[in-house]
Amino acid sequence: MEETLKIIVLVKHVPDAQFDRHLTGEASTVDRAESILSELDEYALEAALQLIEARGGEAAGNKVIALSMGPAGAVNAVKKSLQIGATEGVHLSDEALAGSDAAATSLALAAAIRHLGADAPADLIITGMASTDGETSLVPAQLAERLGLPQVTFAASLELDGGRLTARRDGDTHADTLEADLPAVVSVTDQINDPRYPNFKGIMAAKKKTITTLSLADIGVDPAHVGKSGSWTVVETAEVRPPRTAGTIITDDGDAGIQLVEFLAAQKLL
Amino acid sequence: MAKVLVFIDNPGQALKKPSLELLTIARSLGESVAAVNGELHDDAAAALAAYGAEALYRPSAADLDDFLVGPKAAFLAAAVAAAGADVVLTENSAEGKEIAARLGIRLGAGVITDVVAVDLDGTAHKSVLAGSYTTTAKATTPVSVLTVKPNSVTPEPAVSATAPETVTVQLPADATAAAARVTARNDKPASGRPDLTEARIVIAGGRGVDGNFGPLEELADVLGAAIGASRAATDAGWIGHDAQIGQTGKTVSPQLYISAGISGAIQQKAGMQTAKVIVAVNKDAESPVFEIADFGVVGDLFQVLPQATAEIKKRRG
Repeated sequence: MEETLKIIVLVKHVPDAQFDRHLTGEASTVDRAESILSELDEYALEAALQLIEARGGEAAGNKVIALSMGPAGAVNAVKKSLQIGATEGVHLSDEALAGSDAAATSLALAAAIRHLGADAPADLIITGMASTDGETSLVPAQLAERLGLPQVTFAASLELDGGRLTARRDGDTHADTLEADLPAVVSVTDQINDPRYPNFKGIMAAKKKTITTLSLADIGVDPAHVGKSGSWTVVETAEVRPPRTAGTIITDDGDAGIQLVEFLAAQKLL
Repeated sequence: MAKVLVFIDNPGQALKKPSLELLTIARSLGESVAAVNGELHDDAAAALAAYGAEALYRPSAADLDDFLVGPKAAFLAAAVAAAGADVVLTENSAEGKEIAARLGIRLGAGVITDVVAVDLDGTAHKSVLAGSYTTTAKATTPVSVLTVKPNSVTPEPAVSATAPETVTVQLPADATAAAARVTARNDKPASGRPDLTEARIVIAGGRGVDGNFGPLEELADVLGAAIGASRAATDAGWIGHDAQIGQTGKTVSPQLYISAGISGAIQQKAGMQTAKVIVAVNKDAESPVFEIADFGVVGDLFQVLPQATAEIKKRRG
């Protein structure tokens, strides 16, 4: 019999990219009204659920913990993850975390992951390929560095054979096959699977699942090492880019291709 | 004066344009040195000298490409220490950003991605929230690590070439201990077209191309353009996923972006709205892409694009 899996999936509550998004306040941080579970994290959750289902699911003692760091509203990303199928939820929330950059975020998340592994260390930490707000893709690599674990990022496929992980990573000029032994930090792309939606049964089941709230004190992190004071970068200015406006729109009467070329010539683009 | 270290990963036969751009930016900020992983051919070494690198840092190990990211970050951290560098510049590729990420933790250095310009005092300029804001940001740490987007500067050789000395950097013994191994590498066939994120002109197709990128490719051939696609086109399997432009694909800011048969929903817009000039061709006059197009054609791309291609050929005789 294969060993049970303990997987931590990092989920982020981000502004819905379908609407206009804004920076706010002195530190130019993201306005988190109208936020949802980051679309890219749904692929991470699905990958985790598929891995535990292949080993008999929760009934066989496997579990998927959805961990989110963020203000009060971020608990909604955890709740959604529980509805989709995560076993339990953890919300890392502390006022001192506000304004954390990637380095400070990875410090707090690494401490939370160690805390959650106090009884039994996690076998896998799975994330999306990027957050849809910060878009830097720095945190998974920084977590691997801080935790001293192999990094298997931008995985477009993922297979687990015993304690060995195999993944495909597609680059622009080549595709790599990666291999690492558990435990490992993994990020997955939007090519890896088709995430499931929460169904009625999942929504009802989620109501009975546990969400643990952790503060910085709980995970042993000095508030001075996170948030604005613990960040190694600072945003100095932020300006709204003027919205693009429509230019000349023509309807093709048979010579639109020629008019198009005339436009390009006038713009000195030929 | 700042000391700037440029990371060049596998330069190949000659230095690629993004590497030349990084060297140009480095020289504008102070004294520039390069950390080079992989084989160094004569032409690439000559370019490093022509672009003013004062020293070349080389890893003591030749197997960094057998692992993902971590060992390269360990090499760079050792190179930064050896050089006493204040600023590190890397490419803005997925791997470049991840190397920067881990280097930042190793050095206790702030990392800023997607940079398009760097001021003398180290202030970095970038766009955030899919191009809807422009911001300036700065690392507050002794060393700053910046990943710079292609086409941020015009490459210019130094006034006088240098004769850089080569310094071998010892890797820490545990550099590869906890790293994922690359067990196979399959090179993708070269398209013969410019790289999507570096191209001056991009032509992208969506649902409206209905599986036939032919007219886009013919226009791309005469314009020297790269070919991109919307998620609808890549999901349909008409073109590889690495051609995808948008929120979950690549972000491009070319001089000219020609959108063909793409409605231009917000997910697509996120990847291309910082293009200098946008041209759109779509059958549906209500497509959102027309709200941001500098020149739009409501029409059939299978008529309009071949006519444009023929007209360009005719004008060029």
